[in-house]
Amino acid sequence: MNSMNSQATVQTPGQSAERVEQQTPAVGQPYTRNSEASHDLSIRVRDLNLWYGKSQALSNISIDLFQKNVTALIGPSGCGKSTFLRCLNRMNDLIPSVNISGLVEMDGRDVNAAKMDEVALRRRVGMVFQKPNPFPKSIYENIAYAPRMHDMVSRKADQDELVEKALRDSGLWNEVKDKLHEPGTSLSGGQQQRLCIARAIAVQPDVILMDEPTSALDPISTATIEDLMDKLKEQFTIVTVTHNMQQAARVADYTAFFHLGEIIEYNDTKVMFSTPAQKKTEDYISGRYG
Amino acid sequence: MSDSFDQISQQLKRRHRKSARLKWLSMGALGLAGLFLLWFFTDMLIKGLPAFQQAYVETEISYSEEASTDARQAIDSDLIPIVSRTEIRSIPRLLRNEPDLIGSSETLWLLANSQVDQYLKGQRNKLSDEEIATVDRLVESGQVTQKFNSTFFTQGDSKTAESAGILSAVVGTIMTMIVTLAIAFPIGVMTAIYLEEFAPDNRFTQLIEININNLAAIPSILFGLLGLAIFINFFGVPRSSPLVGGMTLALMTLPVIIISTRTALRSVPESIRHAAFGLGCSRWQVVKDHVLPLAMPGIMTGSIIGLAQAMGETAPLIIVGMVAFIPDVGASFTEAATVMPAQVFTWASEPEKAFVEKTAGGILLLLTILISLNASAVILRKKFERRW
Repeated sequence: MNSMNSQATVQTPGQSAERVEQQTPAVGQPYTRNSEASHDLSIRVRDLNLWYGKSQALSNISIDLFQKNVTALIGPSGCGKSTFLRCLNRMNDLIPSVNISGLVEMDGRDVNAAKMDEVALRRRVGMVFQKPNPFPKSIYENIAYAPRMHDMVSRKADQDELVEKALRDSGLWNEVKDKLHEPGTSLSGGQQQRLCIARAIAVQPDVILMDEPTSALDPISTATIEDLMDKLKEQFTIVTVTHNMQQAARVADYTAFFHLGEIIEYNDTKVMFSTPAQKKTEDYISGRYG
Repeated sequence: MSDSFDQISQQLKRRHRKSARLKWLSMGALGLAGLFLLWFFTDMLIKGLPAFQQAYVETEISYSEEASTDARQAIDSDLIPIVSRTEIRSIPRLLRNEPDLIGSSETLWLLANSQVDQYLKGQRNKLSDEEIATVDRLVESGQVTQKFNSTFFTQGDSKTAESAGILSAVVGTIMTMIVTLAIAFPIGVMTAIYLEEFAPDNRFTQLIEININNLAAIPSILFGLLGLAIFINFFGVPRSSPLVGGMTLALMTLPVIIISTRTALRSVPESIRHAAFGLGCSRWQVVKDHVLPLAMPGIMTGSIIGLAQAMGETAPLIIVGMVAFIPDVGASFTEAATVMPAQVFTWASEPEKAFVEKTAGGILLLLTILISLNASAVILRKKFERRW
């Protein structure tokens, strides 16, 4: 991959870097192989490079992310998968030394364009973080805050309804319906993380980014969140970073393997885990490094 | 072959001795500081508490025709050297205002002369033997006694020690502090928010930051000079007024508020900001809805401490003319006023013995207010302390 020329190398699932080089890249083509439903493109990334100051963290990332699917980003520590995730909702803007080149396109618009308001972008691309970070407010207020801020609700009744829906969708309703006005921080770790998911889906985004959402949780809470992701992909496009390959195998429809700031392989999860096209992927999946 | 336990404990003995020595040294330092504090407080209390008691004389006043011109005719001639001169002097004025009183008489508890007061408190005084005999007689008959000194709390300053009070200084302090807070709090908090949440990290902001930190270490009298040059001479703010005093003290309090606000903002975990940004909050919404409410207790604590500092400040106020003899309780922000530490300073330079206890009494009152302010800051911090 390093030796590759300037030709755009687009990672659509099923095509390893070398194969792309041989074929005409299927730029922006919806990927339909091995899948009955046709998958619409959600986010298109082309030649994305990112530098922290002088050190390059992402090089020539090109990838298509599909709607209403779970895409897992795997790879060893420091490979750039979280950095890439944060490019999708411009959270990297918060770090002053970051420089970005390349295209991240959503709904036909370049998200890095000067005209794009990052506030509008984040309204459509929600995020769940590694450590549960509910606001130190009530459970109700945690969820109602953002829709109210975005003027999505005006009447109290609408707001109540929206809070209930978000909590039901995140599977938390039965556990918290009697204590909606207790602080969100009083919940257990797994519940807090589901509250954060409920908070993210309450603004009805198109995409939900999850940055190692279960790494701070116990196995049972992890299983609950994984089930939840499976349900949520009916409504949302989910992009998740995970350290845990079993988790990727369990929840993801597509998996991208990152290594040293590049995508080594992007494929249907089943294919990727059974017959990886690249030696590096195989080594990583079989636990030889990482 | 590694060392045996005996060998190791042999080496350890020296280390243990050293740590024991250090422990005793530090405890000694603490003990010394505590001792000084105790000494200071006891001394203040012994000197200051008598200021809250004052000698009063039960006097029969006959409002005769002559009294309206010569007040000395109104009371028993024996009592004249004992009763405070301010009380006697007020009789003709009273009669001028209320002529109906002429011909009547009444018995009142009048303030005693400060010499009598000092005599009763066992202090040095200038009473003659004759006068002492009179006072002793009156004390026996219950006509002279010590009562709670309400004058101290209800009157302004006076040149006669017995009728000097601290009210004008208290009111002056309150008005000055209102001005200080109204200026320093919004400017300080907004500056800190800008520097902490919005400003890019470049040479310019670093320069501002260094200067703010240095500002906190500038001798306070320089702020007084600045106040004189800019507020009084350039902008023409009335001198000696709570307005100019408050503005000057606001300059001094600003760095304290800015620094404590920045610390409070920085202690709000980054994860809260990320959560808010992730939901599509604008920068200002992140600050207003999430960071500021969490930082508020810290900001309040810092501001109260800055205010307490300003309240105890005298040096800059000397320059803007607030250390002065102000007998009247101020009515507006632009009239001449004085503040409590300045009042203490004025009293401390009076030669009369009776002012010593006024000085100590003033210090006690000032200390009480400062300690309660600091205590409220501590309580506020404890109450809203949040663990992440």
